[in-house]
Amino acid sequence: MGNWPVLTIVTFLPLVGVAFMALVRGDDDLAKRNVRVIALLTTVVTFLVSLLIWARFDPSNPGFQLEEKSGWLGNLFSYHMGVDGISVAFVLLTTFLMPFCILASWDSVQNRVKEYMIAFLVLETLMIGVFTALDLMLFYVFFEAGLIPMFIIIGVWGGPRRVYASFKFFLYTLLGSVLMLIAMLAMYFEAGTADIPTLLAHGFPLQLQIWAWIAFFASFAVKMPMWPVHTWLPDAHVEAPTAGSVILAGILLKMGGYGFLRFSLPMFPLASEMFAPFVFTLSVVAIIYTSLVALAQEDIKKLIAYSSIAHMGYVTMGIFTMNQAGVQGAIFQMVSHGFVSAALFLCVGVIYDRMHTREIAAYGGLVNRMPWYGVAFLLFTMANIGLPGTSGFVGEFLTLLGAYRANTWVAFFAATGVILSAAYALYLLARVMNGKLEKPALAGILDLDWRERAVLFPLIAATVFYGVYPAPILNASEASVQAMLTKVTAAIAASSKIALLAN
Amino acid sequence: MFTAIVFLPLLGFLIAGAMTLLGHPVAPMGAAALGHGHDDHGAQGHAADAHGHDDHGHDAHHEEKPLARPAELVTSGLLLVAAVLSWIAFVQVGLGEHHGAFKVNLLPFLHTAGLSVDWAIRVDTLTAVMLVVVNTVSALVHVYSIGYMSHDPDRPRFFAYLSLFTFAMLMLVTSDNLVQMFFGWEGVGLASYLLIGFWFQKPSANAAAIKAFVVNRVGDFGFILGTFGVYWLFQTVDYDTIFAAAPSMAGKTITFLGMQVDAVTTICLLLFLGAMGKSAQFLLHTWLPDAMEGPTPVSALIHAATMVTAGVFMVARLSPLFELSPTALTIVTLVGAVTAFFAATVGLVQNDIKRVIAYSTCSQLGYMFVALGVGAYGPGVFHLFTHAFFKALLFLGAGSVIHAVSGEQDMRSMGGLKGHIKLTYLMMIVGTLALTGVGIPMTEFGFAGYNSKDAIIEAAYVGDNAVSGLAFALLVIAALFTSFYSWRLIFKTFWGAPRASKEVMDHVHESPAVMTVPLMVLATGAVLAGMVFSGLFIGHAYGEFWKGAVFTGANNHVLEHMHHVPTAVKFAPFVAMLTGLIVAYVFYVVNPALPEKLAASQQGLYQFLLNKWYFDELYDFLFVRPAKAIGRFLWKEGDGRIIDGFGPDGVSARVVAITGKVVALQSGYLYHYAFAMLIGVAALVTYVMFGGVR
Repeated sequence: MGNWPVLTIVTFLPLVGVAFMALVRGDDDLAKRNVRVIALLTTVVTFLVSLLIWARFDPSNPGFQLEEKSGWLGNLFSYHMGVDGISVAFVLLTTFLMPFCILASWDSVQNRVKEYMIAFLVLETLMIGVFTALDLMLFYVFFEAGLIPMFIIIGVWGGPRRVYASFKFFLYTLLGSVLMLIAMLAMYFEAGTADIPTLLAHGFPLQLQIWAWIAFFASFAVKMPMWPVHTWLPDAHVEAPTAGSVILAGILLKMGGYGFLRFSLPMFPLASEMFAPFVFTLSVVAIIYTSLVALAQEDIKKLIAYSSIAHMGYVTMGIFTMNQAGVQGAIFQMVSHGFVSAALFLCVGVIYDRMHTREIAAYGGLVNRMPWYGVAFLLFTMANIGLPGTSGFVGEFLTLLGAYRANTWVAFFAATGVILSAAYALYLLARVMNGKLEKPALAGILDLDWRERAVLFPLIAATVFYGVYPAPILNASEASVQAMLTKVTAAIAASSKIALLAN
Repeated sequence: MFTAIVFLPLLGFLIAGAMTLLGHPVAPMGAAALGHGHDDHGAQGHAADAHGHDDHGHDAHHEEKPLARPAELVTSGLLLVAAVLSWIAFVQVGLGEHHGAFKVNLLPFLHTAGLSVDWAIRVDTLTAVMLVVVNTVSALVHVYSIGYMSHDPDRPRFFAYLSLFTFAMLMLVTSDNLVQMFFGWEGVGLASYLLIGFWFQKPSANAAAIKAFVVNRVGDFGFILGTFGVYWLFQTVDYDTIFAAAPSMAGKTITFLGMQVDAVTTICLLLFLGAMGKSAQFLLHTWLPDAMEGPTPVSALIHAATMVTAGVFMVARLSPLFELSPTALTIVTLVGAVTAFFAATVGLVQNDIKRVIAYSTCSQLGYMFVALGVGAYGPGVFHLFTHAFFKALLFLGAGSVIHAVSGEQDMRSMGGLKGHIKLTYLMMIVGTLALTGVGIPMTEFGFAGYNSKDAIIEAAYVGDNAVSGLAFALLVIAALFTSFYSWRLIFKTFWGAPRASKEVMDHVHESPAVMTVPLMVLATGAVLAGMVFSGLFIGHAYGEFWKGAVFTGANNHVLEHMHHVPTAVKFAPFVAMLTGLIVAYVFYVVNPALPEKLAASQQGLYQFLLNKWYFDELYDFLFVRPAKAIGRFLWKEGDGRIIDGFGPDGVSARVVAITGKVVALQSGYLYHYAFAMLIGVAALVTYVMFGGVR
C-alpha cells in the first residue's frame, strides 16, 4: 500500500463513479436513486481515500510530496503530480465538501439527475487536479476545463437568468485564460520546461516577470474575484443551484488564491513586489466597497456572494504582504471560507427548497419555527464576521496582522471590514431569522430534517474546531510557506543589490 | 480550581443550550399555527399584562418548555459553585503569599509566524477581583432570573445565554495574552447581542442588539489594530513578556498611517478605543441605553456590573503599558471625565427607570476611567468592584419594581409604591445610598460608593496630568447630578401619589424570595464592600494585596498624595451629594410642579438633554444613512452601470451588434470556449513536439 499513487487515485476516483453511472439506465425514480447513491458513495470514498494524503503528508517537509511523475509527450510535458503545504489543505477541502454537495442536491434536483451528478463528479476530478498538478500543461487543462462543468451546472440547472449569468462568467474568464496561456508559453520558452518545481527554481528576468505576472493576474483576479472584475460572481451565485454555489464559493474561488501562491509570488517575486501596492489597493477597495454593497442587497444569496468577495479581499491582501503571517492567514482564510461560505449557501438552500425564493423580504421570524436552523445560521454568520472561536477569526486576524506589518494604511482600511461585516451580516440575520413570524406562507415551515442536519453539523464542527484549534491547517502550510517566502525575499534582496550596484 | 471556575459556566451553557433545542415543541403544522398564535394572545391576556414589558409578543407558543426547570437549576447551580470557588480563589490569591500569577496552559492556539498564543488561564489579584465580581453577580442574577423570567416560555435559552456570557467574560479576565482577551471581548459582545435581542420578536430589541454589536465593533477595530501594534513592537502578545519589555519601549517611535508617532502612545490609544466601545464611553456610548431592551437581569449583569467594566479591566491589566504614556493617560482621563459628566446630565431628565440607571452606569464608568487616567489604578478597580454590587442591586431592584407594576418602566406612571413593596423600596434606598456615596467624611465609614468614588475624586484632584483639574471639577459636578437623579428616581417611583392605573395598583405585589434574596445579598455588598475592602484595594495593604497586578510607575505618587488632600476636597463630594439630595427633595417631594416649570422655561436645554445630546440622530445622519445610500449607489451605479455597463454587458452588446446572430447563446459560447481552449492546447502541444524534434 505504501507505493500507491494516492494522488492519482484521489483525483480520478470520481471518474470511476461516472463510469458506474453510465451503466444506470432509465429515468425513473429508482434510477435517480441509484445515481444519487453512487454519487454519494463515490464522493465519500474519495474523501476517505484523500485522508490518506493527509496521513502521509509530512508537514515539516517544505517541498513537494507524494510525487508521481511519468514521461508524457517526449518528456517535455510530463504527468507530474504532488502536493506541498500550500496545496494539501485545498485537496482535502475539495473532497470534504463534495459529499455535502451531493446531499444538498438530493431532493432539490429532479430533472436530468444523472447528467447533474456526472457534471459534479467530473468537476471534482478537475478541481483536485488543479491542486495536485505539478506541470504547467496539466495545470492549465485542469484549471480551464473545470469551468466547463460549472457552466453546464449553472446553465442547465440554474435559475431564470442562468443564460445571462453563465454568459457573463464566460466573458470574464475568457480574457484571463487567453492571457495566461500566452504567459505560460513564454515561460516555457524561457525555461525550457513546463515542470512546475523546475520553474519554481528558475529565476525569470524582470521584463518577463512583469508581463507574465500581469497575464496570470488577469486570470486569477477574475477567479478570486477581485474588484472590479467581480460582478460575475453575484449573478453566478444567484442563478446556480445550491450545490453549485457551494462549489463556487468553497473551491473555485480558491483557485485564484492558489494560483497567486503557486505561480505569481514564487515565480515572479520582483513583479509581485512591484505590484503589491496595486493589489493592496484593489483588496482594500474590495473589502469596503463590497461590504457596503452587501448592506444594500435584497437577495440573500447576493448578499453572501458580496460578502465572499470582501473575504477574498483579505486573501489577496494577505498573500501580497509577503510575510509569514499574511500568507499563512490567506491560506487559512481560504480554507475557513470554504467551510463557512459553503455552509451559508447551504443554509440559503434550506429555505430556498422550502419557499422557492431568495428575497430577504419574503422571510422574517424563521427562528420561531426553526430553532435548529437558527443556531446553524447564527453560528455561520458569526464565523463569517470573524468572531474569535470560529475559524473565520484566524484567517482574518493573521492576514490583518501581516498587512499591518506591510503597510499600516492597508491594515487600517481593511480592518474597517470588521465593522462593516458585522453590520450587513447582523442586518441580514435580523431580517430573515428574527421578528415575528407573520407571513402566512411561512406559517408551516419546518425545521431542518435529518439530511440537512447531516450536511450542516459536520460543517459546524469543522468551523468551531478549527476556530479553537487551528494548528492542523497552520502546521501543514507553515514549512512550505516559510521556504517560499525565504526564496522570494532573497530574490528581492538580490535584485535590489544589483540595482544598487548599477547606480 | 481555576479551570473549574472558568469552565463550569461553559458546561452550563452547553447543557442549557441542548435543553433549549431538545425542549422545543414539535411545530404544529400549517396555517393552524398562525391563527392559534393570535387567539392565544387574548387568552393569555393576564399573563401578558402581568408581564407587560416582557410581553415581547411571543404569542406563537406560550406553552411551557418541558426542560425549563432543569435548565435553570443546572445553570444556576453551576454558577453558584463557580461563585464560591471564586471567593476561595480571591482569598488564596489576594491574601495569600504567592507572588506573580497562577498559570494554567490549556491548549495551543496560534503558533505560527512567530506568534505563540495559547489558551491559558492566568490568575493574579486583578483577575481574582474580576472572578469574584463576575461570578458573584452572575450567580445572583441566575437565581433572580428564575423568578423574574418565570412567565417566559424561553427560559432555557435565556439561561444558556447567561451562562455563555459568563464563560466568555471569564475567558476575558483570565486571559494571559491579548488574543485570548479579544476572544472573551468578542464573546461577551456576542452574548450581549443575543441577550439584548432575547425577545427577538420585538423590532426595537433587534435594532438595539445590532447597534450594540456594531458600535462595539468600532471599538474592536481599535483593539485589533492595537494588538497588531503590540505584536510588531514586542514580538509577542503575551502579557508577562510585554510587561517585562515595556520600559525599554518608552520613547520608541513607529510609523502609523504614514506618521512617525510614539509607539506606546499609539498602541495604548488604539487599545483604549476598544475599551471605549465596551465600556460605553463618550462617542461610543450610544448602544448602552438602547441595550436596556434586554430583560432586566441582563442589564444588571452585563450592562452594569461586568461586561461594561471590561474596558476598565483592560486598561488596568495593561497598566504597565499605559504608565509609559502620559499622553494616552491624559486622553483616558479626559474621555472618562467627559463621559461621567455627559451621562449624568442626560440622566437628570430621563423618564424610563432603566435608562436612568443605564446613564448612571455610563457615568460611573467614566469615574473609573478618570481614576485609571490619573494613574490611580487601585481606586479605579475598587470602584469597579463596589459599583458591581450597588449597580446590580439597583437594576435588579428596578426589575423588582417593574415586575410589581406590571411591566411599566416609565416613572411618570409610577409613584406611591413604597408602602406596597417595602422590601424592594428598602433595597433601592440602600443602592442609592451606595451609588451617591453616603458616608461620614474624614472616616472610613460609609456605603460602598463612598469609599471608592470619593477616592477617585481625591485622586483626580492630586493627579498631575493636564486635564486632571478639569476632571476633578467635572466629577464633583457629576456627583451632584448623580445624587439628584438617583433620588429623583426614588421619589418619583416610591413617593407621592400613585400615578398608575387602579388595575395596576391592585396588582402591585412584592417579588418572591427567589428574587428578593439575591437583592439582599447584593445589598449587603453595597453596604459593606467599601468599608471592608478599602484597606486592601486602596489602603494600607495595597502592596501586599495587588502584588504588582496593577502597575504604578516610579514617578506615580497619586496614591500617596490622595491621602493628603485638603479637607475641602474631602468634603466636596459629600457636599455635592447632599445638594443633589436636597434639590431632588425640593423638586419631587416639596414642590412637584417645579421641574415642569423649569423644563418649560429652559425648553432648549431640556430637549437637548432629553434627546441625549442628539447623538443618535447625529450618528444616523453621519453614518447609518450614508452607509446604506453609498452601498446602494455602489451596487446600482458602480457594479451595474459602470463595471457591467462597460464590461461584460457592453462587450456583449458590441458582439451582438457585430455578429447580429447570436443564437443559442449558452451552448454556443460554451462550445466556443471549449473549442478555443482545445485549439490553444493543440497549438502548444504541436509547438512543443516540433520543438522537441529540433
